Amino acid sequence: MNIIVCIKQVPETTEVRINPETNTLIREGVKAVINPFDMYAIEESVRLKEKLGGKVTVLTMGPPQAEAALREAISLGADEGFLVCDRAFAGSDTWATSYTLAGAIKKIGAFDIVLCGKQASDGDTAQVGPGISTHLDIPQVTYVKKIEEVSGSKMKVERMMEEGFEVIETPLPVLLTVVKEINEPRLPSLKGMMKAKSAKITVLTQKELNLDPQKIGLCGSPTQVVKIFTPPQRAGGVMLKGEAGEVVTQLVDLIKNEVN
Amino acid sequence: MPIQVILEKCTGCTLCLKVCPFDAIRMMDKKASIDLNKCTLCGACVPACKFKAILLEKTQNKGVLPNIKDYKGVWVFIEQKNGKVQSVAYELLGKAHELAAKLNTQVSGVLIGNKLDDQLDELIWHGADNIYLVEAPELANFQDEPYTNILVKLINKYKPEIVLCGATSIGRSLVSRVAITVDAGLTADCTGLDIDPQKKILLQTRPAFGGNIMATIISPNHRPQMATVRHKVMQPIAPDKHRKGKIIKETFENSLYASRTKLLDIIEEVESLVNIAEADIIVSGGRGMGAPENFKLLEELAHVLGGAVGASRAAVDSGWIPYSHQVGQTGRTVAPKIYIACGISGQIQHLVGMQSSKIIIAINKDPDAPIFKVATYGIVGDVFQILPALTKKFKEILRK
Repeated sequence: MNIIVCIKQVPETTEVRINPETNTLIREGVKAVINPFDMYAIEESVRLKEKLGGKVTVLTMGPPQAEAALREAISLGADEGFLVCDRAFAGSDTWATSYTLAGAIKKIGAFDIVLCGKQASDGDTAQVGPGISTHLDIPQVTYVKKIEEVSGSKMKVERMMEEGFEVIETPLPVLLTVVKEINEPRLPSLKGMMKAKSAKITVLTQKELNLDPQKIGLCGSPTQVVKIFTPPQRAGGVMLKGEAGEVVTQLVDLIKNEVN
Repeated sequence: MPIQVILEKCTGCTLCLKVCPFDAIRMMDKKASIDLNKCTLCGACVPACKFKAILLEKTQNKGVLPNIKDYKGVWVFIEQKNGKVQSVAYELLGKAHELAAKLNTQVSGVLIGNKLDDQLDELIWHGADNIYLVEAPELANFQDEPYTNILVKLINKYKPEIVLCGATSIGRSLVSRVAITVDAGLTADCTGLDIDPQKKILLQTRPAFGGNIMATIISPNHRPQMATVRHKVMQPIAPDKHRKGKIIKETFENSLYASRTKLLDIIEEVESLVNIAEADIIVSGGRGMGAPENFKLLEELAHVLGGAVGASRAAVDSGWIPYSHQVGQTGRTVAPKIYIACGISGQIQHLVGMQSSKIIIAINKDPDAPIFKVATYGIVGDVFQILPALTKKFKEILRK
């Protein structure tokens, strides 16, 4: 079973805060981490490998420092890392990013499963996973919360929906995006950490991938950001005071018109 | 160099530095300097500069779609589940109606499924001028590939300038595929949509970085301009039973309805209070609830109010309630009319998932809990006293 996990290095979002006085972003000490949803994708790939044998390849696109994310994934059980890194890819929106990652996957070679987190915590689009499967022309199942079974050239998974879940059978190769419920990621092992240190990370540039220059980076991106601003801060409101009975009466009076 | 600072124009005002979400700009010798290893060319600094000192160049521009003027009309993908049109579709029709008026064009709904006749009038009353209806037994339930094939065919045939879709499990999967196939820009999870009065293009505003910053995004050179929109953000228009609309039935060759994935089963969660994304009122519990059996108190209040039960990550991780109830960064983003946070301290990861609720009520014994900073009404007290009293009071009122 050849599994490719696509991950993204993101700022630890909790630390991207607004300074309410100056209305600017506070970034002191912002650590770069693996997107939390991708941790579940990495864990699931390692579990599949442990059960079925095979290889886990981890892939990311980003600046040179994104290499650290790949090494962390290797410490968690992945075998090999590929970093798609080139100024030519900068400014990519989800269209260009998924095109570029699909190109890298084709370059890496044969695979059975591509795993992604359901979305990245910085952009929150959930578009790159489905974008990759579309560019690769393979089926997809998004929001997977359980892999029930893998047999031969197909697998059965549970897809989380708003009201419950769907049971879906898919042929391989397939792309899955996974939700938190699918597993509990392990901590890196000492052996894994040693391996991660010395693992070779292969860097893929536009030269290796030879992608259509019209479809990458800024010019391959249909969307453009025209404005970034801080949302109005939500101000705290009224504190209700008194005995439990009193505050409940006050509260009910305040909100009863909203309840019907 | 795709992005550069024109040093003669830069006054060193640091405005650009403040808007850069990637911390890529520094002041060097009182001029802005961009660290290309950090810069993602997102372009946020360009409009922020009052002196036009930052140049972002598209080196090989893909160019404007040649027949861009042929694309007309605002479309809404009408999501249905189990044959029932979902409420987000009516919300989107309301927004589409407003956008179409500004563009002097029509609103069309795309409805794919089986046996949906009974809801067509309702869609027209809520703002649809046309409905493209594609029905077949094998289309009864959503599946990525056939739905993508059909929407792509319809877009290529009728050329809408805007396509809106709910930012739901179905919507996000579907239009991500469609946007790649028709080579369109797609903006996820918008909370604001408007038309630029001069350029007549769609301004798509969405939260990023967990809602800590907002970005306005355009797709000026591609069509359609596609966006998914959060549930509960847009308002449906009041239904007008005199509105008339056109039903356009479309059928396609059978091969387009084929799916490589096979839907074997749909399991509805047994708990009736699970769908927090749809609820107008959410009663949510955190670590302060103390034990799983105490979630009964939340359920009782939610039941009386006709709402759903939510939870913080702490409660879910303790195994007190299933993950499908989790509100916050790694759970769901919700924006109900009333959000009642019980025993939830209000970690930022939780706040980003609920801070756009209309009214937030916080009940917590710790007066310093961060949740009170966002609460419309705060109560410092014991949830085990207040919750049952609240339930009792509402029972009395609502029975009248």
